[in-house]
Amino acid sequence: MSKVKSLADLRKMRDELQTKVSLREKSDNPEKLVQVKVSMATCGIASGAKEVMNHMIEEMDRQAIDAIVTQTGCMGFCHAEPTIEVTLPGNDPVVFGHVDNKKADEIIEKYVIRGELVDGIIPVNYETVKENKNE
Amino acid sequence: MKDLSMHIMDIVQNSVRAKASNVELNIQLDSQWLEIKVVDDGTGMDADTLEKVTDPFYTSRTTRKVGLGIPLIKQNAELTNGEMILKSILGKGTTLIAKFGLKHWDRPPIGNLSSTVAMMMTGNDGVNLQFSLKRGADEFAISTNEVKEVMGDVDIRMPQVTSFLKEMIEENIKELNIEFD
Repeated sequence: MSKVKSLADLRKMRDELQTKVSLREKSDNPEKLVQVKVSMATCGIASGAKEVMNHMIEEMDRQAIDAIVTQTGCMGFCHAEPTIEVTLPGNDPVVFGHVDNKKADEIIEKYVIRGELVDGIIPVNYETVKENKNE
Repeated sequence: MKDLSMHIMDIVQNSVRAKASNVELNIQLDSQWLEIKVVDDGTGMDADTLEKVTDPFYTSRTTRKVGLGIPLIKQNAELTNGEMILKSILGKGTTLIAKFGLKHWDRPPIGNLSSTVAMMMTGNDGVNLQFSLKRGADEFAISTNEVKEVMGDVDIRMPQVTSFLKEMIEENIKELNIEFD
């Protein structure tokens, strides 16, 4: 019977991750990592945001992309859910709408890895979103 | 909402939005009921607001005019002869209990609970999610703070960590021999 994973196994993984990350000197600079925020309010969840987030995490883990993936609230684009916001290091955030697993793959492959823009971007005034802080 | 995991994600997100720093998520099963309990120490609500939240046309958001999360979970719980109880004290926090008839025809399936819990743990900055799953004397529990302590200066929001937690939670649920559906 295989052993059930525990926090001790997590500690082992931490050491591996730490060596890997510190080699690239990125651990203290989260702004140097790709940041992905998945809109996770009722509208997003009902349209499949949870599955998309799960898929992105799996893919980024598989392709060993240095990224942090977090959740955020409703950005007000309920008509285009699931929406994700991707911030490449040194770039302004870009919001993509109607993201399914296939679109997520395309975003990772083209935008995250190669920096090419893909269809489905929602033009946003970020100042307004920040001011409202309505998550 | 297609499954209970979606409801859970949704309700916990409410706590996150209410600026909670600690969110407890307890799922408890017995022979008859599946109970989901979310306790947070967020901003809470006054009696007036508490009354309005089950109205689908009430929301505290300004980005849209409807708020369906709570009405939907209430409806789904009631469809299985269960109920939804919401308690809140302004400034103290909110507790939501949703009770579903475990074997009722209309109970939505549990969905992908392990990935949901893992994503909630690593995807919400500054929130300590304390998850527990209980059936009788059997229990599995894990919290964001425990994970953070183990990871030290490694960012827990990295996909590798979420993937690991997902597997770990899945294996532990299996170990408890809990079959939801």
